[in-house]
Amino acid sequence: MKLRILKILLKKEILLMKRNPFIPRVIVALPLMAMLVLPLVANLDVKNVSVAVVDNDRSELSRRIVADMDASEYLSVQSCDFIYDEALKSIENGDADAILIIPADYSDRLTKGENPQMSLDANGVNASKGMLGSRYAAQSATSTVSQWLSETGVNRPAPQVNVLNLYNPTLNFRNYMIPALMVVLIIIICGFLPTLNLVNEKETGTIEAMNVTPVGRLTFVLSKLIPYWIVGLLVVSVGMLIGWLVYGLVPAGNIGSIYLAAILFSLVMSGLGVTIANKSATILQSIFVMFAFIMIFQLMGGLFTPIASMPQWAQDITYAVPPRFFIEIMRAVYLKGASIADLSTQYLALTGFAILFCGLSAFTYKKRS
Amino acid sequence: MNEKFAISVRNLVKRFGNFTAVDNLSFDVARGEIFGFLGANGAGKTTAMRMLCGLSYPTSGSGTVAGFDIMSQAEYIKRHIGYTSQKFSLYEELTVSENLTLFSTIYGMSDIEIKKKSEEIFMTLEMADMRNTLVKDIPTGWKQKLAFSAATMHSPDIVFLDEPTGGVDPVTRRRFWELIYEASSRGMTIFVTTHYLDEAEYCNRISIMVDGRIKALDSPENLKKEYNCATMDEVFRIVAKDAKRGD
Repeated sequence: MKLRILKILLKKEILLMKRNPFIPRVIVALPLMAMLVLPLVANLDVKNVSVAVVDNDRSELSRRIVADMDASEYLSVQSCDFIYDEALKSIENGDADAILIIPADYSDRLTKGENPQMSLDANGVNASKGMLGSRYAAQSATSTVSQWLSETGVNRPAPQVNVLNLYNPTLNFRNYMIPALMVVLIIIICGFLPTLNLVNEKETGTIEAMNVTPVGRLTFVLSKLIPYWIVGLLVVSVGMLIGWLVYGLVPAGNIGSIYLAAILFSLVMSGLGVTIANKSATILQSIFVMFAFIMIFQLMGGLFTPIASMPQWAQDITYAVPPRFFIEIMRAVYLKGASIADLSTQYLALTGFAILFCGLSAFTYKKRS
Repeated sequence: MNEKFAISVRNLVKRFGNFTAVDNLSFDVARGEIFGFLGANGAGKTTAMRMLCGLSYPTSGSGTVAGFDIMSQAEYIKRHIGYTSQKFSLYEELTVSENLTLFSTIYGMSDIEIKKKSEEIFMTLEMADMRNTLVKDIPTGWKQKLAFSAATMHSPDIVFLDEPTGGVDPVTRRRFWELIYEASSRGMTIFVTTHYLDEAEYCNRISIMVDGRIKALDSPENLKKEYNCATMDEVFRIVAKDAKRGD
């Protein structure tokens, strides 16, 4: 009996969704656009670090350091001077990102068995480029030196920094972004669509026609939530397909665990959406409130900025931000191949939030005012 | 609850903040009666009706609709009533028959009943060729008749009609009232608000609301006699002349 009513309500939602020319397009177009454009644009890869070299050594070795650096994929030697101030000027002009200073008699002292030091000054304004760029430059210089040392038969191990990046070997920022972008898509689509749908029923007055029938509150709210599982799954499928076809990125873990997380998170978002809709009288009002939530979710969910680098109090708050757990699941399953058992805390948290928000949406839905 | 009355309320009040929309409403509507609920804009008709339908909580007062308490048994009331709001409220993007199926399924009708009833409605409304037309594409007059049919398809005890004939041409209006009479003849109680005073003449009894209170309540004949008027139009003008609300 109840099930029959839920079925006819779901049929109505799906018919309305299909007949609204806007919704099917959003479900396909938004993931397409976001997945095709954003990973290329929202890119924190450090490339083309320009280095100004102050070469006071002017030896065979120093020329080799410069040549190797220029040949590197990430670095380019912008200028090679003898005067530090000239090099500093090029940083101030924005032409160079870092200065490598090779001291006088560097190669001679090395041959004698001393320990001369090269130094690197980096432009810290663009923090990540300065930090990573100077590390690349240091690596390049030390590797040239150690090579040279072994060639000339000087028996002394050169100091060498060896960095190995786990899980994302090339430190490809895209691999980090793509799994998280699907989270953003679900936030937007499964957050906004149910909100707009329900407030639209309020504005057109059809909700009144429903409220005057004996339809159960829970049944009605479920008919508003369930379609967005399907939408969430569609969005994630489109996202994974693009990740694979365009970026060659496939989940290292089980796809089922991604779908399970997507269902749970879609419920969280649509539950929140319906709750907001229940409390809003107009579409404008609901969009405004939803937008505030989406801002917080995006900034505090660990999407762009790692949660580990937030201050402690902010880290504590992120436990109340549901996308945090979904982003963790997506990255761990995609890049590390983690299983549901490995991520049981995150799944439990998402389940908790799903129950909380769906409960809230049923509780705040009033058939009588 | 006494079996004679479909609707019976005492001292019904609805306040929004300091504003008393409905002030101490008390009246009875007999079963099978066509009850006209008249009043100027802003008199509180819709607010009163929404309380009777279980869409709005009364601030105070008591009463029964279809034998159920309006305070505590609103969801039971909803099983026994039909309602059409002022705003047309069928789903525009669904077809005529999808709308009918949706609402009658919610009222628990079986598939066979729904099919039979739908065919009856298509016949009565002469809209068999429109059954698969989206509701937004059918003309206004048909929409109103369809809304009425959708609200009465599950054979409720009482049907509440909030200005069902607003913006409808005279011919369709007449046709609409034929539908109301037909439903009434099957024993359905009709509770209808209207601004058309010629329609008031079709009712068994009418009440005239002024500023949240009922100022007059009787059959059209008695009211005309009482106020010594030839038409309901004049009666309404006399009763509502002191109205402070309205636009």
